Amino acid sequence: MRADIVPRPLRGFVIPALLVALWWAAVRFGWSTSPLLVAPGKVWQTGVDQVASGKVFAALGASLWRDLAGFAIGASAGLLFGALLGASRLAERFIGPSFHTLKQISLFAWIPLLSVWFGLGDAAKVAFLSLAAFFPVVLNTFEGIRSVPPDLLEVARVLRFTPAQRWRKVILPSAAPAIFAGIHLGLIYAWLATLGAEYLLVSGQGIGNLMIDGREHFWMDMVLFGVFVVGLVGFTLNWIASRIEARALAWRGRSVAQF
Amino acid sequence: MPRVGTLHIDHLSKQYAVKGEPLPVLDNITLTVNPGEFVSIVGSSGCGKSTLLRLIVGLEDDYQGEVLLDGQRVVGTSLDRGIVFQEHRLFPWLTVEQNVALGLLNARFTEAQKTQSVREHIALVGLEGFETAYPHQLSGGMSQRVAIARALVNRPEVLLLDEPFGALDALTRAHLQQELHRIWQAEGITMILVTHDVEEAIYLGDKVVVMEPRPGRVRRIVPVELAHPRDRTALPFARIKEDVLAEFAGEAEAATAARHADRRGDGTRGPDSGSALPNGLRFAL
Repeated sequence: MRADIVPRPLRGFVIPALLVALWWAAVRFGWSTSPLLVAPGKVWQTGVDQVASGKVFAALGASLWRDLAGFAIGASAGLLFGALLGASRLAERFIGPSFHTLKQISLFAWIPLLSVWFGLGDAAKVAFLSLAAFFPVVLNTFEGIRSVPPDLLEVARVLRFTPAQRWRKVILPSAAPAIFAGIHLGLIYAWLATLGAEYLLVSGQGIGNLMIDGREHFWMDMVLFGVFVVGLVGFTLNWIASRIEARALAWRGRSVAQF
Repeated sequence: MPRVGTLHIDHLSKQYAVKGEPLPVLDNITLTVNPGEFVSIVGSSGCGKSTLLRLIVGLEDDYQGEVLLDGQRVVGTSLDRGIVFQEHRLFPWLTVEQNVALGLLNARFTEAQKTQSVREHIALVGLEGFETAYPHQLSGGMSQRVAIARALVNRPEVLLLDEPFGALDALTRAHLQQELHRIWQAEGITMILVTHDVEEAIYLGDKVVVMEPRPGRVRRIVPVELAHPRDRTALPFARIKEDVLAEFAGEAEAATAARHADRRGDGTRGPDSGSALPNGLRFAL
């Protein structure tokens, strides 16, 4: 088979399309009679119903709101903390070891503690999400600031930059790629943790609760629809972050002129 | 239009601490650079010539002796003293224009004057049309031109050049030497060039300071009394070149003598003093 049978932009869809076809065939030709195997059409129908009744939007809205709130808190705290660790050797010496120990603790190990402190509601979930976003942002911000080229800092000295100018003109732009990578990771981690939080702190509304509901009632179509929505949201968040990153860091292009 | 900028270096010594032991880098340097003069400093690696520039620009302190610009002791960096490093050190996230404008961030100019000065200096280094290019779009030679513009844009009294063309290919280097000469004449500013290229030193310099290593000392100051533009192939040029190179041969002989002295056991130099010999010889040939 020649590679250009499928147009280039559509090549990524080949495998999902084949899987859906296989799924459809499994139901159509009765390869399995398990009640766990629902027809693609049924999942589609559930999706249409959920969208039409607005239930999915209510659930998604609740999840996304928590996701973004937790991300905003965790990422801002991470930026400040990472910048402090990166800029001050003293801070690194005092706080660094504690931080590096804490970050080794699995994120999910925090759940019991958080639920004791904040209950099982939104506050505990948001706290959990901010923790998920916090660590990658701190680590990348710290690395980015630590690896500002000393050569450029010397230029800043020669040109008599004030401390504010040094941060604005040298340190932050130079650390920007690493900081963006951290924020990007934080955004993804926060979304993964959003679902985790809904499973582990079961109460209230959310896309995860929708899926738990589906599982408890043996509505496989609902579970599969939930999986699809969660994937779509993750994909969209990632896409938005990549676009912002690409635009902000356009200067990292390839050489186009050689003289 | 020569401006002020008499640089007076008086009995300057500098040492670094290596494993707790003081390692002398510069020893008793005395040198006067007149306003508008072009001084080349040559020497083999390890003679402290870059350290000397870093002291003049104010990136290093903790020295003995005096570095005086217009009678004022040099403390820290100042917009009166610009420097071009061997690497261009441009900010990769800024365009050519923005990189040059960095030099004016703290200059006492109005915005209009700044814009004007940036434009003039981009023209001075021959990069009109590349104002909005990013460093990764430029060749090594072009990047070094931007670095020169950035150093000159706030009109310093003294421009220091630390092997600025050392990493460029021979053709680009020859071309940029001509350009630097033109800029020096156009701006009338004092320039001090550190190089290991004897021909470059003579082509550009009013005088050539020959340094010798371990610790860095001035061996001789060779005046270059040739009219500009200088012809690298002319006999008087070749004579000065021979004269300067002879100093390096002398340095090599001195190193040999010192090594013999070491063998006899009455030398005080470190065990690695002999390593200057192959460097110096390769250099002289």
